[in-house]
Amino acid sequence: MENKEIISIKELHKHYRVGDETIKALNGIDLTVNKGEFLAIMGTSGSGKSTLLNILGCLDLPTKGDYLLDGINVKSLNRNQLATIRNKKLGFVFQSYNLLPRTTAIENVELPLLYNPSVSNAVRKEKAEQALIAVGLKDRMKHLSNQMSGGQQQRVAIARSMVNDPVVIFADEATGNLDTRTSFEIMALFQELNDKGMTICFVTHESDIAAFTKRNVVFRDGRIIKDTQTKNIVIARESILGLKNEDYILN
Amino acid sequence: MKFINLLKISLSAIIRNKMRSFLTILGIVIGVAAVIAMLAIGNGSNNSIRETISSMGTNLINIKPSRPVFGAVRQASSSSTVLTVDDVVYLQNNSKLIDAVSPELDGSGQIVYGSNNWPTQFYAGNEDYPYIKKYEVASGRMYTSKEIKKASKVCLIGQTIVENVFGDKDPIGEVIRFKKIPFTVIGTLSEKGDNTFGQDQDDLMLTPYTTIMIRVQRQTHLRAIVLSAKSEDSIEETSAEVTELLRSSHKLGIDEDDDFEIKTQEELISSFSSVSEMMLVLLGSIAAISLVVGGIGIMNIMYVSVTERTREIGLRMAIGGKGKDILRQFLFEAMLLSVFGGIIGVIMGIAASNIVGSILGWPILITTSSILLSFLFCTFIGVFFGWYPARKASALNPIEALRHE
Ligand SMILES: Nc1ncnc2c1ncn2[C@@H]1O[C@H](COP(=O)(O)OP(=O)(O)O)[C@@H](O)[C@H]1O
Ligand SMILES: [Mg+2]
Repeated sequence: MENKEIISIKELHKHYRVGDETIKALNGIDLTVNKGEFLAIMGTSGSGKSTLLNILGCLDLPTKGDYLLDGINVKSLNRNQLATIRNKKLGFVFQSYNLLPRTTAIENVELPLLYNPSVSNAVRKEKAEQALIAVGLKDRMKHLSNQMSGGQQQRVAIARSMVNDPVVIFADEATGNLDTRTSFEIMALFQELNDKGMTICFVTHESDIAAFTKRNVVFRDGRIIKDTQTKNIVIARESILGLKNEDYILN
Repeated sequence: MKFINLLKISLSAIIRNKMRSFLTILGIVIGVAAVIAMLAIGNGSNNSIRETISSMGTNLINIKPSRPVFGAVRQASSSSTVLTVDDVVYLQNNSKLIDAVSPELDGSGQIVYGSNNWPTQFYAGNEDYPYIKKYEVASGRMYTSKEIKKASKVCLIGQTIVENVFGDKDPIGEVIRFKKIPFTVIGTLSEKGDNTFGQDQDDLMLTPYTTIMIRVQRQTHLRAIVLSAKSEDSIEETSAEVTELLRSSHKLGIDEDDDFEIKTQEELISSFSSVSEMMLVLLGSIAAISLVVGGIGIMNIMYVSVTERTREIGLRMAIGGKGKDILRQFLFEAMLLSVFGGIIGVIMGIAASNIVGSILGWPILITTSSILLSFLFCTFIGVFFGWYPARKASALNPIEALRHE
């Protein structure tokens, strides 16, 4: 169980054709992610992090190479099958939250389950409520998304990403729009989720955010240049306490 | 995806964008309201023409002299002298199909009673005349055949004359002067109200035809002969028989044209109906065009909506929405919008028809078929004009959609 492979890619390439030029966004990637890992994908802007995450998230297909997700070879799937995989096995958290505006938190969280015909109304509601409780928004379920703070919106987005019990959650710069304290709070939430066994792939270019994860994979020019286990994992809850009071007021 | 979920998704998207949804359906609302109102007005006038004409008696057959042509000038039929009382007697004696027949004379003049003056219309016939023309005696009595023979100066008057000339006074037994001749009022006629053409059907005076012929118009010819067939079904037969009888009464040769014209109520109805049906088609087309314009409005706003909601579409795809789910959602939204618009339009159309009906006094008739028609048309328009934007939405690439600013 401990070493169950959730993600396994071999010699993965992704090329984009722009006019006459071919951009090699990913240039032979090998990566294995086991269940329960908390992975930070790091690298400068344009190094290929998002490209990889899109492929891992079954939003895009590689130009070359195999990708096994939870034992399934994604290469052979069509558009609809990929959508079903995303619906049942994956969770996404985006930099800009991507919540439906003028829609309550609970309705936003329910959304992925609406696309799953085997989930009944009662189960859908129940699961959405539990996810919101898990991210600490028990009292805000009926609040409209656009009337919430950035941190709260990202919590709703995290609740949405976990409501379908995914095998892995992908987050692309999920703290990119948040201030330091709120970023730390979100990371604390991710750490909590990971403690409960959730596998998380977290794209960031900030090393202090990566310090909260268990494993750091660093990209440069479409290649992995470093893949290390974090030596001293920082506990996000403690970092928040260490923040100066001024920060607290500023927030 | 389950239908109920699709409904939930589409409905919440519509509610989330109240203002835009409202603007989207505005065209449809106006279009449907216009269709309903136009059809209500058209059907109403059509129906009331029909009712007016039938209220004069569906069995009624009207015979007038055909308009003689002198040179190239067609003369007024009233100046013709071909129809006489002898024709009426001939028909009475020889027809097997006629129920009742009467001469008809009419004209206008002033009624004088004391210091009161009232311009009115008179009609004159025999004792069967009120029966043929569906007049009923409200008080007093009808004139008798004896009075017809003697050309008695008696008359019955309609309720408008009763009100305007006599007020609260009982008119029976009073003497009025008409064309300087004293007439004794022997009865009043039941109220009939206005007809579709706005004529007051109670502003008339009824006298024996002999009185008019001998004392007022001093003529021997009739303006018309009116008769009723035994039933509505025998109208055709009856008018054929009457044609034959009149031709022999007038001693017309085989190659001679009829010197009279026979008009049945059905012909009258259809000649008016064809005009009002043309109006109906015209009004309906204008209204339908406005519906199509409303549909184009839906397409426009759905199209803008797809662009505006690109990120939403991207997100829906990322969390598992398939292309066909997105297509259905947008198509369903368009359809729901146009059906909402249709419902509001129907309500507004009914309201508008009633307002027009009560302010202008026009007859209106709202039919189920006109409501169904505009409803079906709405749904069709929703699907038709929603298709293109929905296709565009479903074909989006999720990554690009998510990255859309
Ligand atoms: N759709 C695309 N078409 C062409 N080039 C792209 C596309 N997406 C990404 N790229 C290119 O691929 C490289 C990697 O991009 P990306 O994965 O977004 O980097 P990161 O997320 O690490 O900033 C960049 O050079 C970028 O310009
Ligand atoms: Mg990126």
